[in-house]
Amino acid sequence: MAEKITLRLVTPSRLLLDEEVDEVTAPGALGQFGVLPRHITFLTLLEPGEMSYKQGDRRYRLAITGGYAEVLDDVMTVLADAAEYADEIDVERARGAKERAEKRMAELGPEHENFPAAEASLRRAQARLEVASQRDHR
Amino acid sequence: MATLKAIRKRITSIRNTQQITKAMKMVSAAKLRRSQEAVMQARPYAEKVAALLRNLSARVSKEAHPLLTEREEKRVDLWLLTADRGLCGGYNANLIRAAETFLRTHRGQKEIHLAVVGRKGVDYFRRRRVELAARYLNAWGRPMGEFAVEIAEKMIGRFIRGETDAAYILYSRFRSALSQVPTLEKLLPVAGAGAETEKITIEYLFEPDVKTLLANLLPKVVEVAVYRSLLEAVASEHGARMTAMDSATTNAADMISRLTLQMNRARQASITKELMEIVSTAEALK
Repeated sequence: MAEKITLRLVTPSRLLLDEEVDEVTAPGALGQFGVLPRHITFLTLLEPGEMSYKQGDRRYRLAITGGYAEVLDDVMTVLADAAEYADEIDVERARGAKERAEKRMAELGPEHENFPAAEASLRRAQARLEVASQRDHR
Repeated sequence: MATLKAIRKRITSIRNTQQITKAMKMVSAAKLRRSQEAVMQARPYAEKVAALLRNLSARVSKEAHPLLTEREEKRVDLWLLTADRGLCGGYNANLIRAAETFLRTHRGQKEIHLAVVGRKGVDYFRRRRVELAARYLNAWGRPMGEFAVEIAEKMIGRFIRGETDAAYILYSRFRSALSQVPTLEKLLPVAGAGAETEKITIEYLFEPDVKTLLANLLPKVVEVAVYRSLLEAVASEHGARMTAMDSATTNAADMISRLTLQMNRARQASITKELMEIVSTAEALK
């Protein structure tokens, strides 16, 4: 395939990736979406979840915890709050975070002002665990 | 005239001090390198967030989001970033002086609330019985990202609740190991909305929509600005300490060479005196 897209993945602490790839999928605010070359100019919010990209025959998978994605002239810029490759994920830590968040949510009840924050951390932990679990049976 | 023994003792003591300042200098140099790297690596994200903000805010008016809305500045928050430790030259003093200048210029017209990070600044204003809206001690060792989020949340909360009409941050910008400049920046309200300068030339497909995106992005903009200020402050502190400790080491070396000269003179004098005594005794015995 001749055409490629440039994927730039940036987190607050560093530039994680700046490479030519064939295809990207990411968790958008309105659902999972895919990006191929010549995609429409596009700006979206990202949800915590799995992002992946294909480079040649290999597919790379990452967990991201929300952020933004912009597609402009075959350059896709992903601003992620945090991003980890599947094999970098600290499963123990994510599991602990998930339990803590579930406990907090149960304690607070859905009316409490800190409930959304606890729910958000639960979703981040779930995203990490999901991506990590798939690496095991591959 | 100091005795030979006293001078020797003095030299040993200065040499000990010199060893400490030299070690501190090397530690600061290593930390400076790491913190400088952190500043560089945080740059792409900050630039991209700024570009995104320009893009989005050009499409809305100032009233589109509370964090964009400018109010008359009756009450103002000043966030001051100082170090927890001293021995870094004029680093803390320069920042505190800049803060005092800010307070003086606005005194009488505005109500200013101070929030201070770092023991040096907190102690200074405590001695002067200035009330602080927030204080953070021993916070520089914490993960910076987390700390930035905490500050940004506090800043935004005060602004949204109407406890303040604007938020400024005063930190030391890192220019080089020799030069750190106290810098004042306005973080709230977020600037840039309704700017006509940025032409909207590209039609975007927005998901879910501009308003939601902006509401999500604005707190992030503040976080990024705080994060960057923190990183710059850390690099500045290490730079200032490295420079201060370098000149302390040089000064110690100067003192040692001066005292060594004095010591040699004293020794020579005492030898001459002893010789003369021997000679004159021999003369007298004849």
